[in-house]
Amino acid sequence: MSAQPRDTLATRQAQPASAALLEARGLGRRFGALQAVSDVSLSLAPDAIHAVIGTNGAGKSTLINLLSGELAPTSGQVRLMGEDVSRWSQPRRAQAGLGRSYQRNNIFPPLTVRENCRLAAQAHAQRPWQFWESAQACAQSQSQADDAMERAGLTQMAKVPAAGLSHGQKRQLEVAMCLATNPRVLLLDEPLAGMGPEESDRMLNLLRGLRQGHAILLVEHDMDAVFAVADRITVMVNGAVIASDTPDAVRANADVQRAYLGEHA
Amino acid sequence: MTTRTRIIGWIVALGLIALLPLLPAPIGTPFHMELGIRIIILAILALSLQLLVGFTGLVSLGHAAFFAAAAYFVAVAAPQDGPGSGWWLLPASVLCAAVLALLIGMLVLRTKGIYFIMVTLAFAQLVYFVLHDFPLFGGSDGTYIYFRPEFAIGSWLPMDLGDATHLYWFNVLMLGLTVLILSLVLRSRLGHALIGIKHNEQRMRAAGFRTDLYKLASFVIAGAFAGLAGFLYATQHGYVNPEMASWHQSANSLMMIILGGLGSLPGAVIGAITFVLLSEWFQAITRQWQLLLGGFIILVVAVMPNGLVGGLASLRRGRARKSVAPAARGNTEEVSS
Repeated sequence: MSAQPRDTLATRQAQPASAALLEARGLGRRFGALQAVSDVSLSLAPDAIHAVIGTNGAGKSTLINLLSGELAPTSGQVRLMGEDVSRWSQPRRAQAGLGRSYQRNNIFPPLTVRENCRLAAQAHAQRPWQFWESAQACAQSQSQADDAMERAGLTQMAKVPAAGLSHGQKRQLEVAMCLATNPRVLLLDEPLAGMGPEESDRMLNLLRGLRQGHAILLVEHDMDAVFAVADRITVMVNGAVIASDTPDAVRANADVQRAYLGEHA
Repeated sequence: MTTRTRIIGWIVALGLIALLPLLPAPIGTPFHMELGIRIIILAILALSLQLLVGFTGLVSLGHAAFFAAAAYFVAVAAPQDGPGSGWWLLPASVLCAAVLALLIGMLVLRTKGIYFIMVTLAFAQLVYFVLHDFPLFGGSDGTYIYFRPEFAIGSWLPMDLGDATHLYWFNVLMLGLTVLILSLVLRSRLGHALIGIKHNEQRMRAAGFRTDLYKLASFVIAGAFAGLAGFLYATQHGYVNPEMASWHQSANSLMMIILGGLGSLPGAVIGAITFVLLSEWFQAITRQWQLLLGGFIILVVAVMPNGLVGGLASLRRGRARKSVAPAARGNTEEVSS
């Protein structure tokens, strides 16, 4: 059951396999005796939302950490735009167009919302040796930050310290900071966690808007949301992929039903 | 505080400090100028440490190593038979401290938190014992510099460091230069990135920053300015000894910035002034002066968690109006960007 064949989305849509922006091949991570992620293969196509669902402890966050470079894999390969990046550091992958958001709020609490976004955007215009020039004078990072705040609906809050935001707004800021780095591939770790229905709707609209131009990996617990926006769903149980298909096919999949209903019903 | 009021504040403060030698007899004496220079040197050392601790979030207990390295460089490199040229001794001693910071930084920055504190301490002790045990450095007695470096332009001496008043102003000038450069750094993209690393290094890496290199840059810049303080110390005293690299020296600098307020350049200067003046005063009162000084620091930390600068700011805020968004002001300069 563990080794699913490689994602067939590309072949089905009659595209060459290299069209995948981000690809995992037989990716695995072991922590001592625990195999947190084993033999996961998936590929993210451009202009599509690929959701990863699974019960708690299924290895979803570990998978994101492997893809983003925060953790080194113990087996397998990560390919970004056709290039093997398995040994690249996280900053290097980020520079190459890989952005991520975090499950827990991971922001700069004392800094303003704008500075949070501007600092993220500055990653692509670093010039640390220009010590005589004000950071505020960097037009590129300013405009990228403004753009990211606009998309995430935070423009009104630009001057507020991030610590003063509501929980939902902090989640929006998570995504805005990710967008500010202008990535091609977005790895979003539970962007809807702890959000009210209204905030959720807003975030889902944001995600739909981002589909065009990005390849998105969405880890999420909210099933309604996942089935509403995902083009493709991968289901993980105990670190392994048990199904990877269109939402309808996943809904009908017997293994998935057993995994979910068997544990929860 | 806006940028303009901050600049005016610095100019006024430095101007007042520069006036000291012109004051009438009971104050403008050589004793007070010497005390002033001591404060200025320790303020520069505290400012350099502030960049590392208060703005990058790296708590070092070995900063005195770079202070001592530059001072010893002057002692060893200055000619024995006449004044050396400050034009090369100053930059070379600063460079010496920076190179040492680069070497030590590359090793210690592999660790984090409490381990970083311990490893910086260990390297500073290493420097201490090298200075203590190598005959070249004069052992525990240290070594002398017989002539103050000269900053001559042709045969003209715009600043004669042999003259007490000139020496004092030279130190004020160096303090101003340190404040200027560190302010620019903090205003720049480099400084903003360092502050980002202080608050959340993980997020900085996720955004695409090589945080290891940024931290190394901070470590080296801090080391270089500690070196400037070391050069000034060697110039003033004409004498260096291994105690300059002792962990007491590092800890005192750390105490100064905690006392004045972490994450604030004025905090470092106010911390240094308070620390030196109080130790002078307490030493005049009692032999157990360290007990009083320690008690004072504990009191400040307990009552003003953001140091003297933070305490003053909240006093002013409280007087202005009690309820205006406290989070928006904070204790540090970084928020107002």
